[in-house]
Amino acid sequence: MTRGARLTEWVALYALSVAVALALASVIVEATGGDWWPVVEALVDGSILAPGRWGGTLGIAAPLLLVALGTVISSKAGLINIGQEGQLLVGAAVAVYFSFLIGGPGPLNVVLLLLFGALGGAAWASISGLLRFWRGVPEVLSTLLLVFVALQAVGYGLKWQWLLLADEASRGNRNLVSEQLAKDNRIPRPDIFGNEFPITVYVALALALAVAYVLARTVWGFRLRMLGHNPRAAQRAGVSSTVYGATALAIGGAFAGLAGAAMFAGGGFSFGNFRLVPGFSDNIGWTGLLVALLARERALPAVVAAFVFAGLRNGAGFVNSTGVESRITDVVQGLLVLALLVPPAVVFLRDRRRARAAATERV
Amino acid sequence: MLIDFFTAVGDVLSSESTYINGALFAALLAYAATGEWVAERSGTLNISVEGMLLSGAFAGILGYHISDLIVVGLVFGVIGGMLIAAVQAEMSHRLSADQFVVGLTLNILVFGLVGFLDREIEPQALRASTVEIPVLVDIPLIGQALFGEPWPFYLLYVLVPVSWWLVYRTRWGLELRAAGENPQSADVSGIDVNRRRRQSIYYAGFTSGLGGAYFLFARIAAFDDSVIGGQGFIAIAAVIFGGWTLWGTMAGCVLFAGALSFQLSLQGLGYELNTELLQALPYLVTIGAMAIFAKRVRPPAALARPFIRGLK
Repeated sequence: MTRGARLTEWVALYALSVAVALALASVIVEATGGDWWPVVEALVDGSILAPGRWGGTLGIAAPLLLVALGTVISSKAGLINIGQEGQLLVGAAVAVYFSFLIGGPGPLNVVLLLLFGALGGAAWASISGLLRFWRGVPEVLSTLLLVFVALQAVGYGLKWQWLLLADEASRGNRNLVSEQLAKDNRIPRPDIFGNEFPITVYVALALALAVAYVLARTVWGFRLRMLGHNPRAAQRAGVSSTVYGATALAIGGAFAGLAGAAMFAGGGFSFGNFRLVPGFSDNIGWTGLLVALLARERALPAVVAAFVFAGLRNGAGFVNSTGVESRITDVVQGLLVLALLVPPAVVFLRDRRRARAAATERV
Repeated sequence: MLIDFFTAVGDVLSSESTYINGALFAALLAYAATGEWVAERSGTLNISVEGMLLSGAFAGILGYHISDLIVVGLVFGVIGGMLIAAVQAEMSHRLSADQFVVGLTLNILVFGLVGFLDREIEPQALRASTVEIPVLVDIPLIGQALFGEPWPFYLLYVLVPVSWWLVYRTRWGLELRAAGENPQSADVSGIDVNRRRRQSIYYAGFTSGLGGAYFLFARIAAFDDSVIGGQGFIAIAAVIFGGWTLWGTMAGCVLFAGALSFQLSLQGLGYELNTELLQALPYLVTIGAMAIFAKRVRPPAALARPFIRGLK
């Protein structure tokens, strides 16, 4: 088949499945007595067009992208890490704890905070690594279960002043939140054309390029991919599955933890307003995992996917004003992901069928 | 301090409501975990079980809302669970999309959809009537919990043994286990691996949908999107904790439900306790059990590994 025909097939399949997903969503809205078009307009306005909105979208996209990049690395090594939500939360909590413990001048503290975030996330993911390579516990299961442990552990930390809780003067009555980060300890959020977003957006983009480069062009990246493709061949070639696997898991966790710390120090109103609050992770970890899987575990497509998901999330704020329950954006998001899964799968199956047909012809 | 602790435990253990709550949660977990166990034995880690429960619960109340009949509610619940199962099964084991993406997405999708429809429709229901089994119900403490339940509870006494029989004593079950242990060999001997996996997911949708609807009619008879609140994940933990045997899984359900109702009763009786620890307990216990027994109890060899002919 020619290249052009192939491209047309891809585009047509994607267009068709996205159209079906949106049509389904519109049917759901219309069937419950709402209007679909205003919802779409609100989503586009709320995520990009209205003043100051695309900055907010970028601010949400950054942590999503960071989480996704970590997932890309660990899945390249053939490991299934689905515990980013917990790793992110633990990273944020560790960052908060040490940031207030150490204090120090502004910029230095920000760097420390991010560092501790990454360390926290890496440590949490390494529990799964340890269990996997020492006890043989599948990392799919342990990463998933540790999410719920992390939620409770951070919830516990937010109850005690010697851990994370702010003293009574600086929080509302009975509010279980941490101290607010001082102004000079925050990640800068410069204003560009009336849109402000933290500079972690640039960091995340740079890291996306770095991850793509490392995986595609370095020896380390090559070994990692080798491990993922064929663990036995990798072992024969001297790639230790324990060392590389555990490292890949830890790095995956570090990215999630970094995302958590960045959300805390630069997220603003989108994420707790510079405080650690109950439910701080707010599904960013789960969504980041989806971003990575949807980008089919490649770093650069993850940039696009992260932006789309952030747009849906940010645009949701505008949907309520149309009189349609804003939960519809969760539905749209879910349907879109399912729709985007279809084309690659269909092409894969077709290619196999064609290959098989060709093989029988030759015989 | 220690004495206080023991009086608290004593109070909780001698209050009948602990056992009643425990049975309620254990039944919910058992419905979900039975199906999940079947699914995992066929080699698929079905994390959309949370979504199946929630979908079953909402479909259940919707069915009741339309017809005023609990039976219709339960049937709707089954349909609700199986709809989610259909998406999960067809997408991940026919189209070979990643099972975790599909599962996670379905959880988000169901959560959103159910919340959306609930606000738009606002369905109402009633609790199912209780059926007391004579004599047995008079057993002190646990009688009411095990033999004085809303009637859908008793379906469980049939469902669990039937599931065991299906998996261990039928050809279908043998093929299903083969698909979970060694899909390549199963494929060579003429078993359609992905078909067995799809069927096992449908089975999980059936039991989870039923479980979700049961929970609604047994407990609150009012819907909000947090009714299930992560119980699906605890059900997954129970299967793992049980070492992929049905009886172990049921033991996990009872243990984890016990921990939950223990904590509720403690609060109800006015004791202060570390609730976070108790809530994290199912997961901690499961991780601990896996770490300790990992070398002896092993998961189905092909668990969570997709099967595509010609690829390993």
